[in-house]
Amino acid sequence: MSEQLNFEVPTMAEMIAKGEEPEILFWVGCAGSYDERAQKTTRDICKILHHVGIKYAVLGTEESCTGDPAKRAGNEFLFQMQAMTNIEVLNGYNIKKIITGCPHCFNTIKNEYPGLGGSYEVIHHTQLIQQLIDEGKLKAEGGESFKGKKITYHDPCYLGRGNGIYEAPRKALEVLDAQLVEMKRCKSNGLCCGAGGAQMFKEPEKGNKDINIERIEEALETQPQVIAAGCPFCMTMLSDGIKLKDQEQNVEVLDIAEITVRANGL
Amino acid sequence: MASQIIFIAMTLAAIALFSYNLKKVIRNIRLGKATDRTDQPQKRVMTMIKVAFGQTKMFFRPVPALLHFAVYAGFVIINIEVLEIMIDGIFGTHRIFSGLGGLYNGLIGSFEILALLVWLACIIFLVRRNILKLQRFSGVEMTKWPRSDANYILITEVLLMTAFLTMNAADAKLQALGAGHYTNAGAFPISQYLQGLLPDSEGILTAIERGCWWFHIIGIFAFLNYLPYSKHFHIIFAFPNTYFSNLEPKGEFTNMKSVTNEVKAMLDPSFTPEDTEPGKFGAKDVNDLTWVNLMNAYTCTECGRCTSVCPANITGKLLSPRKIMMDTRDRMEEVGKNIDKTGNGFDDGKSLLDTYITREEIWACTSCNACTEACPINIDPLAIITDLRRYAVMEESQSPASINGMLGNIENNGAPWKYSPADRFNWAKES
Repeated sequence: MSEQLNFEVPTMAEMIAKGEEPEILFWVGCAGSYDERAQKTTRDICKILHHVGIKYAVLGTEESCTGDPAKRAGNEFLFQMQAMTNIEVLNGYNIKKIITGCPHCFNTIKNEYPGLGGSYEVIHHTQLIQQLIDEGKLKAEGGESFKGKKITYHDPCYLGRGNGIYEAPRKALEVLDAQLVEMKRCKSNGLCCGAGGAQMFKEPEKGNKDINIERIEEALETQPQVIAAGCPFCMTMLSDGIKLKDQEQNVEVLDIAEITVRANGL
Repeated sequence: MASQIIFIAMTLAAIALFSYNLKKVIRNIRLGKATDRTDQPQKRVMTMIKVAFGQTKMFFRPVPALLHFAVYAGFVIINIEVLEIMIDGIFGTHRIFSGLGGLYNGLIGSFEILALLVWLACIIFLVRRNILKLQRFSGVEMTKWPRSDANYILITEVLLMTAFLTMNAADAKLQALGAGHYTNAGAFPISQYLQGLLPDSEGILTAIERGCWWFHIIGIFAFLNYLPYSKHFHIIFAFPNTYFSNLEPKGEFTNMKSVTNEVKAMLDPSFTPEDTEPGKFGAKDVNDLTWVNLMNAYTCTECGRCTSVCPANITGKLLSPRKIMMDTRDRMEEVGKNIDKTGNGFDDGKSLLDTYITREEIWACTSCNACTEACPINIDPLAIITDLRRYAVMEESQSPASINGMLGNIENNGAPWKYSPADRFNWAKES
């Protein structure tokens, strides 16, 4: 399984130059673009799109931050500047459907862009994976077997509580024939990883514990072999927690896209 | 006749005082800024029926939910009895509905069972608060008054239910004695066991029956007028609060229209904004919040479900969503009192942000929506926190240094980190 992509990732600009239109735009997001760990997930989402033959494109260097962290931090100006600039690009390319690799981008584009002139059908990558499994286009064969492995899924706040998506990521895991175990606080009662609301970019306030440690301890109680994530920020927080608990040898934190790619040997 | 006059005077006084205080409360809520929550009336009604009447969100914790449901059902249904008490009080009748015969017996019987359930539930609630000392009922914001407030409410309900059952026991005994005025009516599945504790003298029984009757109705009037000072206001506000609650996905934050105008004007100099009221961005004080935020504050019954699921609070940070709501109400009451004393426009030098809620609290929030999910009556502390942050960032440029750095990066590089936009697509090229 090479990390490298053995195919070209098409950009919108190239597609338009060729007079083509993609079925779906893949909104990569800042973490997915720059964060080394999240880049892996980004490439895996591309592998899935490529594998099932969906005509997709990315914005490449034309993409910019959705403005989510600015908005949560209270800077509505900066958020709307970002949003309107992005909407101009998206509308300029006549985009109809978007897939995101990040629940924060997903929430912002889906819920907050329409009021500023940008209305698109937006899905999170776990929803696409679920859909592809339902359609029989993705199975869990030809790759690494997760059969019987203990997997616990951490609900990202902006996917779960924020948008009520609890089932799609779980369905994407069910197909693995693994042993899915829920943490005590899951689904609508899920505990935040500690990164939301722009916390990702600052030190936590004074307290007696870091939130990601509280969460990782709960995850470890299920004695998992894999902690499944669906958000690059949760990924960072959970991976840091695993490192701090010295559990890197025993527990892997993987995005659902990564798990899917591995299971299918893509 | 004299008792009828006293009764009517008392009723009018109770209603007048309550209306007076309610008007002030509504005036205070109206200090908030306008926001439109009149869309999708059908969905709003359904939300109210499910969440407020049906208490669906309570059942996430089944034990308190069942106990609370008993008190709620008791409160609502026993109020039919209050209607009878009112009519009897005004016209000097006794058990005016007794003509309903079997139905009346059924009603009184069910009231008795409910009264017992309410009585038991309130005792259990008192034990949970004062003997078991559940963690949810503690915290920095749970100072002496909020704790007493809760106990006063529970003790009053215990006393009211005791009076109600004692009244019925005395009444039944008087009926058996054939005392004049006491028509044979009612079924007494619970209070029959209290009869043995009462004396047999008709005079004393009448005194007990009348005493309990007056205690019951005076208690209810007193309770009504206690509401505006108490967390118990939720028994009224739960309904409008759920009706006007946020129907959009929880992840969605409002887009500020005032900002949209400015940004549009910046991007397109020929843009002329529709008239919007100028004002500050975000909230420093209660009158910068919306009326929904303020109604939320009056609705909060300080149960602490929000705080008990807040990741910041769980890990020892200062932030407590319940405190956000209690502070908002306290500050609103203070502003209201200032207006009463000195009229509009008085500046007491205090504000919700800083005097009540500290910066440390608002910056500890992860915006995870656990608090809004947990609230059994759809209160939204996150909306207030967001508006306070907006004020700090947009009006004062005061945010933690790392947040400033992140904002600067977005502004300059289109990403929250210091990376070049030219490198944004590198992930596809290298491994």
